[in-house]
Amino acid sequence: MTLHKLSIKQLADGLRGKQFSARELTQHYLGRIAAHDKDLNSFITVTPERALAQADAADAVLAQGDGATLTGIPLAQKDIFCTTGVRTSCGSKMLDQFVAPYDATIVQKLDAAGMVMLGKANMDEFAMGSSNETSYYGPVKNPWDVTRVPGGSSGGSVASVAAGLAPIATATDTGGSIRQPAALTNLTGIKPTYGRVSRYGMIAFASSLDQAGVVARSAEDAAYVLQAMSGFDPKDSTSIERPVDDLVSGLNQSIKGLRIGLPSEYFADGLAPGVRERIEQAIDVFKQLGATFSEVSLPNSPLSVPTYYVVAPAEASSNLARFDGVRYGHRAEGAKTLEELYKRSRGEGFGAEVQRRIMIGTYVLSHGYYDAYYLQAQKVRRLIYDDFKRAFEHVDLVLGPTATDVAFKLGAKTDDPVAMYLNDIYTIAANLAGIPAMSLSCGFVEGLPVGLQLMGNFFDEARMLNAAHQYQQATDFHTQWPKEFES
Amino acid sequence: MSHADWEAVIGLEVHCQLSTNSKIFSGAAIAYGAEPNTQACPIDLGMPGVLPVLNGDAVKKAVTFGLSVDAEIARRCVFARKHYFYPDLPKGYQISQYELPIVANGHLDIELEDGPNSVTVKRIGITRAHMEEDAGKSLHENFSGSTGIDLNRAGTPLIEIVSEPDIRSAAEAVAYLKKLHQLVVYLGICDGNMQEGSFRCDANVSVRRRGTEKFGTRTETKNVNSFRYVEKAIEYEIERQIEVIEAGGTIVQETRLFNPDTGETRAMRSKENANDYRYFPDPDLLPVVCTEDYIDAIRSSLPELPEAKRARFVSVFGLSDYDAKTLTSSRELAAYYEAVVAASGAEPKLCANWIATDLLGALNKLGKDIGESPIGADAFAGLLKRMVDKTISGKIAKDVFEAMLAGEGSADDIIQAKGLVQITDESAIIAAIDDVIAKNPQQLADFRAGKDRLFGFFVGQAMKATQGKANPDALNRLLKEKLK
Repeated sequence: MTLHKLSIKQLADGLRGKQFSARELTQHYLGRIAAHDKDLNSFITVTPERALAQADAADAVLAQGDGATLTGIPLAQKDIFCTTGVRTSCGSKMLDQFVAPYDATIVQKLDAAGMVMLGKANMDEFAMGSSNETSYYGPVKNPWDVTRVPGGSSGGSVASVAAGLAPIATATDTGGSIRQPAALTNLTGIKPTYGRVSRYGMIAFASSLDQAGVVARSAEDAAYVLQAMSGFDPKDSTSIERPVDDLVSGLNQSIKGLRIGLPSEYFADGLAPGVRERIEQAIDVFKQLGATFSEVSLPNSPLSVPTYYVVAPAEASSNLARFDGVRYGHRAEGAKTLEELYKRSRGEGFGAEVQRRIMIGTYVLSHGYYDAYYLQAQKVRRLIYDDFKRAFEHVDLVLGPTATDVAFKLGAKTDDPVAMYLNDIYTIAANLAGIPAMSLSCGFVEGLPVGLQLMGNFFDEARMLNAAHQYQQATDFHTQWPKEFES
Repeated sequence: MSHADWEAVIGLEVHCQLSTNSKIFSGAAIAYGAEPNTQACPIDLGMPGVLPVLNGDAVKKAVTFGLSVDAEIARRCVFARKHYFYPDLPKGYQISQYELPIVANGHLDIELEDGPNSVTVKRIGITRAHMEEDAGKSLHENFSGSTGIDLNRAGTPLIEIVSEPDIRSAAEAVAYLKKLHQLVVYLGICDGNMQEGSFRCDANVSVRRRGTEKFGTRTETKNVNSFRYVEKAIEYEIERQIEVIEAGGTIVQETRLFNPDTGETRAMRSKENANDYRYFPDPDLLPVVCTEDYIDAIRSSLPELPEAKRARFVSVFGLSDYDAKTLTSSRELAAYYEAVVAASGAEPKLCANWIATDLLGALNKLGKDIGESPIGADAFAGLLKRMVDKTISGKIAKDVFEAMLAGEGSADDIIQAKGLVQITDESAIIAAIDDVIAKNPQQLADFRAGKDRLFGFFVGQAMKATQGKANPDALNRLLKEKLK
């Protein structure tokens, strides 16, 4: 049975055509998780009962001839989204026992759309990491080479989809956490415009940068689910009151005349030659499809990483202050004083990377340092935004690499935080500017996937997905499977 | 050196709970006194992933306050996070305003009685007022070695009103606080209940030698929740600081706590141990934009403020300034008074006397305020009406009033039931007078011999004979004629 190789559209047709039921489909995926996830560690929690109950409900709806495209389609939820009655750990010991009494808005929306949650996907602790090695639940392995990282922080989401343990997964992106892992696992991952998808119930890392999206095996699959996740939420003041474009119907438009900008800063030193080659080949494909290319300049992009590593830890140090062992989460045993309770609960509950970022963030917000760091970073952030604003006066999309190189070996960068942070050198700017960006597969280097990044103007998700889909119609990289997990 | 050589410099920070239906960033209710943690939703509890959404009514009430003290309303203001760890602060930060508060540069005029008949007006600057959320409460009793946390209050909307250091004595501080308290209650933005903590004060106090410009080092005394305690705490702190300096010591900048049992303040934490609050703009909330139209709409719906009302009571009703001040001390009392004037048709001055003296006196004894008066404005007007139409005399009216207080019914019911209708039938009054004269020949002889003050004796006896119901004017006139 190769149900796991079908696209969302094919699955929806199969369900409607009674070729298989939602229960059978769900069981197929649960079986694959049981068979393969010990090699990947992509799930923190698998929820078979909840999944089968949702599948049965979907089958009942389908039997009535009702339901929409996503009715009965399984997915993996990144374990950063709160789910009533199911543990939401955020990859941390701090929340190992935490069960939220509420659903994240996107969980509610996807449940309402009839989707079936298979479980909660592994991730870097509190989404802080680029290799999924900071998870309390252990590292996730890359299905393309299980000695390598899948990227992070949405490592569980991408590994589960790349290995066919879920047809699609939700993910979040604060500095590249959707796009970099998608690139490293041959997937299509999209981070929409900041404010397009509600953050309610998504455990905050850096509030002004966090944005939820999806990782999928194609732009078309991504379009279906992103459509259902998007939209204004009165529970999130930073979500935007603006109708959502029809992402699916726009996929088949020609991209003839599409103006694509190439930022010279994204092709400078540090980009692996093999990756550069694949990107250049992809540019040729886009040219054949009728797109035109010009050079654009994003002169402040080299400042992205330092800016991000001020803003993100600052917000994280504040957002993570609530984990104090008082009301929920890990509480140290036997503390004699309040101060000891705080220090030990937080010292025991948070891993090293999270502690590092809390310390950096606390420092940059301290009295006397705020102006020099946080305020300055906000000003640079504005300059980065202005770079994109200028670029989009001349081009429709900006194209470049997603990551500097293919997936690296597990443990290769764990002792060098700065080397790890530089993984996000091409992805961070989009978060700082708030624009939508995505990664799609554009080939392989020595059998490992390479990702291409598209960045769009605010709310241009449809245009971006259309370009990605047209590229995927002309290429077959995205249809390749890691051999061990194909059948 | 005597205390006359020293001058106190005082600035007050008042936390005023806004009387909204729900919390400032969540939909949970804010009623006082509920079972612990029953009015706290995931947002108030600081659960992971939840987000604040600003309560528009809190903004409206903050703007209302700003307009009432002639302040500038920020067209764009920003919420900031103020960080510190404490068990009753669920998120590890309080959402407050820091660099861009909603209200700035206002003022409040206070009156100081500096002699028996001398009142001076002093203007106290209001530096700013900002919106913020309240914290929960730590309960240290009944938990045998542990501390209980009640988060019902967490997220209750507050405005913190910060005065300029314009206040120079404990008496001025109290005058300012009372004025501010009256104002926020008048505006309907705060219930003013100090016992429940709806209106609390932190006092910044320093002293300097009279004639010097430079401020001394200040201390901040926290959470003083009655006018009397504020007065005592400030007085204590002034004395203490003068003594320390005169003994050659220096004042340490610190936070102090007032102990109502001893009337003393004691050090809580010094500046060295002060928190670094690490303020930064809250990325979960957008800047609040107040448009001209929005501000104008609030301005046009402002109620008449105490001073304007007081001036109107003097000019329109002809009241003394003293009575006008009493009757405008609360919005409810003023409304009661105006309702009585309108419904009774009685002289405004008469209404004022009755309400300010009799009614307030009685309520005071009962420990009730005007809103809890057993006699409503219409019922009270019913009593005064019967005096105006001379059904009863003023003297009888006092008895009827007492009966009304006791819940015996309306003025008319009581007059009817007790047969208190005034006797205006002159033949009946004459009969009573004749009877009294006949029974008191000696007094009559003395009176006629020149003992004028015996006239009062005859009035009293005749009134007694009519059970007090004789029309006093008629009785006086007829008695004079008879005794000639």
